[in-house]
Amino acid sequence: MVTADWLDIGPVDQLPALGARTLPVQGGDEIAIFRTANGSVYALVNKCPHKQGPLSQGIVHDTTVTCPLHNWRISLVSGEALGDDVGCVPTIPVKIDGGRILISRKEALQGMA
Amino acid sequence: MIASPPDQKPHLVVIGNGMAGCRAVEEILARETGKFRITIFGAEPRVNYNRIMLSPVLAGEKSFEDIIINGPEWYTENGIALISGDPVVGIDRAAKIVTAKSGKTVSYNKLLIATGSDPFIIPVPGKDLPGVVTFRDLDDVDKMLAAAGLGGNAVVIGGGLLGLEAAHGLALRGMQVTVLHLMPTLMERQLDEAAGWLLKSELERRGQKILTGADTAEIIGMKKVEAVRLKDGTEIPADIVVMAVGIRPSTRLAKEAGLAVGRGIQVDDHMVTSDADVLAVGECVEHQGQVYGLVAPLWEMCRSLADGLTGTKNPYTGSVTSTKLKVSGIDVFSAGDFSGGDGCEDIVLRDATRGIYKRVIVKDDKILGAVLYGDTADGNWYFDLLKKGEDISDIRDALIFGQAFASGGGATANPIDAVAALPDDAEICGCNGVSKGKVMACIAGGAHTLDAVRSTCKASASCGSCTGLVENLLQFALGDEFAGERDAKPMCKCTSFTHEDVRAAILEKSLKEIPAVMQALSWSTPDGCSSCRPALNYYLLCAWPAEHKEDPQSRFVNERMHANIQKDGTYSVVPRMWGGVTTPNELRAIADAADKYGARMVKVTGGQRLDLFGIKKEDLPSIWADLNAAGMVSGHAYGKALRTVKTCVGSEWCRFGTQDSTGLGILLEQMTWGSWMPHKFKIAVSGCPRNCAEATIKDFGVICVDSGYELLVGGNGGIHLRGTDLLCKVATEEEALEYCGAFIQLYREEARYLDRTAPWIERVGLDYVKAKVVEDEEGRKALYGRFLHAQKHLQKDPWAERAAGKEAHLHQHIAEIRPFAVVGAN
Repeated sequence: MVTADWLDIGPVDQLPALGARTLPVQGGDEIAIFRTANGSVYALVNKCPHKQGPLSQGIVHDTTVTCPLHNWRISLVSGEALGDDVGCVPTIPVKIDGGRILISRKEALQGMA
Repeated sequence: MIASPPDQKPHLVVIGNGMAGCRAVEEILARETGKFRITIFGAEPRVNYNRIMLSPVLAGEKSFEDIIINGPEWYTENGIALISGDPVVGIDRAAKIVTAKSGKTVSYNKLLIATGSDPFIIPVPGKDLPGVVTFRDLDDVDKMLAAAGLGGNAVVIGGGLLGLEAAHGLALRGMQVTVLHLMPTLMERQLDEAAGWLLKSELERRGQKILTGADTAEIIGMKKVEAVRLKDGTEIPADIVVMAVGIRPSTRLAKEAGLAVGRGIQVDDHMVTSDADVLAVGECVEHQGQVYGLVAPLWEMCRSLADGLTGTKNPYTGSVTSTKLKVSGIDVFSAGDFSGGDGCEDIVLRDATRGIYKRVIVKDDKILGAVLYGDTADGNWYFDLLKKGEDISDIRDALIFGQAFASGGGATANPIDAVAALPDDAEICGCNGVSKGKVMACIAGGAHTLDAVRSTCKASASCGSCTGLVENLLQFALGDEFAGERDAKPMCKCTSFTHEDVRAAILEKSLKEIPAVMQALSWSTPDGCSSCRPALNYYLLCAWPAEHKEDPQSRFVNERMHANIQKDGTYSVVPRMWGGVTTPNELRAIADAADKYGARMVKVTGGQRLDLFGIKKEDLPSIWADLNAAGMVSGHAYGKALRTVKTCVGSEWCRFGTQDSTGLGILLEQMTWGSWMPHKFKIAVSGCPRNCAEATIKDFGVICVDSGYELLVGGNGGIHLRGTDLLCKVATEEEALEYCGAFIQLYREEARYLDRTAPWIERVGLDYVKAKVVEDEEGRKALYGRFLHAQKHLQKDPWAERAAGKEAHLHQHIAEIRPFAVVGAN
């Protein structure tokens, strides 16, 4: 169901389990959409809070992604860095409806100038 | 409004003679007999039966008579008029009349819609061919039984609960069954990866063929089904095709009658629809945004409905569901939420010998979800704790061992006290037959670490599933003295096993997939971590070169993308230049590619090749295609793999050159390219001891001398500079190639993942390497043979595969948001 609040960005089977896809936002921050082993879907701004590494390219395990640049572990749920590291990346509400991935328009467009 | 005649009771008409409709009527009758005159319409020409037991009927474990809930006498005794085999086709809410297919009309005072759900048919060509059936009612079962009577091949599309039960039934009836499942894991909505893998292995062991990631393109056949074709071109012969991909609430009647319908018919907490005189219950309804496809919520809905209709408030508040798979001999249980998240903790128990996997998800001292495979005895206990939201902090340590253990009272709830209470002859290690008494004696004899116990009495030295028990015994015997220290470091926090243990187990137990290793070695996490997954992927690849199936999600980014990620998220691309030799044509192609894809820098690397910087991930497949077209392949400059073979010009040009170092370098690179290693691997060949190719800081170096070739190993630049050790001297190029291949294979088979050759040689000693590669001729030839065998499977240019479209999703955005428009969603 596409409404003014939710944007349909494609079928969920386009997301590999334990993987991620990217969603560029024109004039805003690129978003990374992740899928965990059991099929839950999360979205974060695609920038590690440490040195802006593309989190979409990291290894996903449980509900965590490990940044490909310097191995920071980021929670997919809260966007917070885990372990001893401190930092946080914005999360974007995302849900699955009828096999489609829907992303919250408001937060998706938040990074826009 | 049609008022009921004063002498007559209000008329309740029920559309649907299934489990929900009849249960609702039972609940109403239980509260107040005689409040309503009742008529039930059923689409099927039979009495009310238990639909969820159709699987055992298909499997031949039960007959239709066994699964009847209410026989004809129930209808007569309760004065219910049953109109079966005549489905309702229209509802006139203004006139309060329903019309059946036969034309019959019946007026109502209260209407209850319990139409259940319809099987979802995937819209592929051939879906309407005879021989394509769904799995919803007894007619479907009869069709499947008729087909099974003829034997042959059955294809079940859908590896969820329903599909697997259908597959099980058809297999028991003697058909060759193939299950096609779109997702990578069977029953992914109920099971995690680990449990899904165990289930898949067991079904395969029973002779079913399970294809995951299988996307159906077409059902083929002239007059009836003959085969199913997948999007990847695979064709599977089929005499019958069962569509079991899912169900959808059956809402057509309600929608046409103008009732509020979302995903299902929208109802309030007492199952009343947007029309106060129309109720709905079961799988066809949507309550607070939720639709249910399982039976338990239906009982709860029916209670609220009946209470509401008979004037008692009892709002339905939604259901937490649990699932059990009805396949005899396979115990699977799943309940609640197992997606994890912040503050969630997994408690995992694996018992490889008994094929058991248990995972309980806990947050804030409450159970959020549970996934059980192999032993589901405690499923209902966990489910009960979950539904009640009970605080489990007191029994937490013993929770995973189940109710009997955890609820045994204060003493046994503590695992240390529990092992203390075991008798001396209780078996601790099943693999090696070691009793508690023996372990205790061994600890008393001075074995104060897990490794010491393993080496002295062999407890937990094989499959390792009793590691926890042995550690508890150590703790019991030594108290605070036991700190859990290990001589050898475990591979990562997910396991107590070392790299060497894991590699040995992979070979010994023929483990060929990552979930298989995790199960056999009792991994403590459901899907590993970013440290063990790439290591396991490599160990499997090295152990089983011919069979290994790559797991891209277990590769570090550079190896997944076949390019080097840079700090700005762009990539650098390095084509292979054999022995550092190039041609004007190659240089032109590289220059063209640099222009065409906007490389912001072209850099000569230390390994005698060219590096194009600033390439976008979307452009990678096309730049590779361009470079392939000029005859170049991936340089693997990004991999834990053979990188480059650096050479000097050698005897062909240089006045000091003693041998053709360039030619030997090219031969070495042609032999070794494409090989995955524990870490990056560099080779160099210098034509004389002046060593212009810097062969003395490479993993494998050759220094040419007049009489032959000095072979050097274990050097690297980097943070800890290490010069090579001399391995030996050989006379011919052939020998140089053989020793090189054998050395690489020894390193591939024995070094830990992410060990370069330098620390590996420091650990095992140069003498060990010499003994294996130089002194043992037979061993050397065997190593070399295994290396060449692996290379047969590894020497595929990954760029050509990607340029041809493999893993295209890795290079494309899923969609793009432009302000107020979404582009590219497909």
